[in-house]
Amino acid sequence: MPIRKVMKANEAAAWAAKLAKPKVIAAFPITPSTLVPEKISEFVADGELDAEFIKVESEHSAISACVGASAAGVRTFTATASQGLALMHEILFIAAGMRLPIVIAVGNRALSAPINIWNDWQDTISERDTGWLQFYAENNQEALDLILIAFKVAEDERVLLPAMVGFDAFILTHTVEPVEIPDQELVDEFLGEYVPKHAYLDPSRPITQGTLAFPAHYMEARYTVWEANENAKKVIDEAFAEFEKRFGRKYQKIEEYRTDDAEIIFVTMGSLAGTVKEYVDMLREKGVKVGVAKLTVYRPFPTEEVRELAKKAKVLALLEKNVTFSVGGALFQDFSRALINEKEKPVIVDFILGLGGRDVTFKDLDEALGIAQKALAGEEFDEVNWIGLRKEIL
Amino acid sequence: MAVRKPPITTREYWAPGHAACAGCGCAAALRLATKAFSEAMEEKYGDPNAFAIAQATGCMEVVSAVFPYTAWKAPWLHVAFENAAAAASGVEAAWKKLGRKGKILAIGGDGGTADIGMQALSGMLERWHNVVYLMYDNEAYMNTGIQRSSSTPYGAWTTTSPPGKYSIGEDKPKKWVALIAAAHQIPYVATASVANPYDYIRKMKKAAKIDGPAFIQVQCTCVPGWRAPPEKSIEITRLAIETGVWPLFEIENGDFHNIKIQAPGGGAKVKREGGRVVAIEFKKPIEEYLKLQGRFKHLFKQPEAIDQLREQIKAMWKTLGVEVTLPKPEE
Ligand SMILES: Cc1ncc(C[n+]2csc(CCOP(=O)(O)OP(=O)(O)O)c2C)c(N)n1
Ligand code: SF4
Repeated sequence: MPIRKVMKANEAAAWAAKLAKPKVIAAFPITPSTLVPEKISEFVADGELDAEFIKVESEHSAISACVGASAAGVRTFTATASQGLALMHEILFIAAGMRLPIVIAVGNRALSAPINIWNDWQDTISERDTGWLQFYAENNQEALDLILIAFKVAEDERVLLPAMVGFDAFILTHTVEPVEIPDQELVDEFLGEYVPKHAYLDPSRPITQGTLAFPAHYMEARYTVWEANENAKKVIDEAFAEFEKRFGRKYQKIEEYRTDDAEIIFVTMGSLAGTVKEYVDMLREKGVKVGVAKLTVYRPFPTEEVRELAKKAKVLALLEKNVTFSVGGALFQDFSRALINEKEKPVIVDFILGLGGRDVTFKDLDEALGIAQKALAGEEFDEVNWIGLRKEIL
Repeated sequence: MAVRKPPITTREYWAPGHAACAGCGCAAALRLATKAFSEAMEEKYGDPNAFAIAQATGCMEVVSAVFPYTAWKAPWLHVAFENAAAAASGVEAAWKKLGRKGKILAIGGDGGTADIGMQALSGMLERWHNVVYLMYDNEAYMNTGIQRSSSTPYGAWTTTSPPGKYSIGEDKPKKWVALIAAAHQIPYVATASVANPYDYIRKMKKAAKIDGPAFIQVQCTCVPGWRAPPEKSIEITRLAIETGVWPLFEIENGDFHNIKIQAPGGGAKVKREGGRVVAIEFKKPIEEYLKLQGRFKHLFKQPEAIDQLREQIKAMWKTLGVEVTLPKPEE
């Protein structure tokens, strides 16, 4: 029987790691993710998780050790955030290029300077071009579930790509919620044992991994990462379906909420989706036709789902906790690209908000709604809007 | 007819077909290292192939693993420039969990070890991974075209330490990574040279058989980097030993009071006390070593720079607990 426990997302991530039974974990502490390696080290110390836990001297070595372990053919896991993920940057490309199904739990946190330990998505968003799959959790249960699903997808032969699962700093990492811990046997059945097909450092069948490639081959290697990302779309759907069948919780690349007759659809990710759902409930009571779309999967980018979503609304209002300079948010770029050649398309308005842990309040959402309604009415509007800026201190 | 047993296994792990320059001392160092490793694995585990290699970016990596070819007949992994030690940590941990018997060999150049890889190396040693780290020391970044590293010796020309009106060439003394490694109090640290293969093989085998971390720093020539003729590679490295430039030593368990010094040859007089080397009187001046290499050519116009190098070498030996006399060339 699954048990329910009240826990933080960090603990949920550690539980997910325990359930997935990685053979090697290498991690380095960073706020807000520190509790993940702490909790894992407890599991290992108590013999509840039979893994090698490498207490590395930096995140760069954490991910490098994960690459080494994964290249040797075992399931591996790590956790980090913000500067830690940025320090891994170089090796993230290598893990994807070598097609190693490593999973990272990321407590989404802002990047320096100024140093800031609170939530936004700049850390993982900045790694969107590394080839890694990216999932975003709305709550602690999703943090646990998505890590299991991430392993399932990453290790699928059609994919073989590393994956990161983001959950918002403090809002989730340090907030307790009831979380259902699935049965170990069911997780075992869901995930199976990881059997490496292409990455093994076995003296009885020596292979060379991580070579140099001349221009004659490099592009093809990059293409296979592209292709694997494309393949991942279907594999993710299958994994979501299987997860639902086994564990009863439904996931979709884009989860829609009250979108059916919506004129304006707010699009967002992570824990912000919860806030916006409540906001939408409130507006619906007043008869305002609004809905929410939450991206659970950001890489591979769910282009087809975005196109379907776009057919439903007149305005897509993107609520983003990240910045791509001169563009707006990263989602703005992604949505624009997905819709640019569609015959009928909604207007897209971009909102940057909640950076560095700034609360996103209903007042902020009112401000965004006001601009979205202008766009709906065909009035002039700014494409990119910074919401909740304290102009008086600029 | 009696067939004499070869002094080292005929098995090859670093196979012909790699793209190193003719006369590359480092290629020789890697070939010998893997052979010695294999012998150690055979003796320890009964399986000569019981090892895997994790290697840093650098000359020896790019010449040996160009897709779709490989010069490696052992399981081999390259991740990046600075993380051979960290990647090796991961491989070792995985092997532990897989219950696979054997040892991991991490390989890095002087740049990937003394500079950018120092942190990962220290972490790996401190965590006591069952890894032998081999630093092949060609004393500069050769892969990117001969830039100085912290292991480049004083006075040497490199493309980022060019001699000039205001420059003598490299202006800092060589960083001795072996001593830094030994400060981790790991079971075994040694320096070696391809010019003394028996000593090198012995040390490599010893390192490979130890349970726990070991570090070996082997000096090896780079033909373009040292501006030296390919056929002189071994002669030059031998002169490094015989003139006192390259000490051969072993430090076990970080015991700096009992550093084992190997005899330098070349007519040097070794004085021992209680079995321990306390003084060496070298007969060959360091100039004999320097003059065969274009990278030191400019020093001969400024003999005081060579004297300075002599002082640095003396100081380094002093750290090893040995008083040395380094002769000047006869006028
Ligand atoms: C992070 C990073 N910085 C720089 C480089 C470029 N780079 C590759 S190899 C190398 C020098 C290697 O020097 P060394 O370790 O001494 O090995 P060698 O080439 O002499 O064999 C440099 C600077 C790199 N690959 N990665
Ligand atoms: S450049 Fe130097 S280190 Fe590289 S292969 Fe040639 S001789 Fe060897």
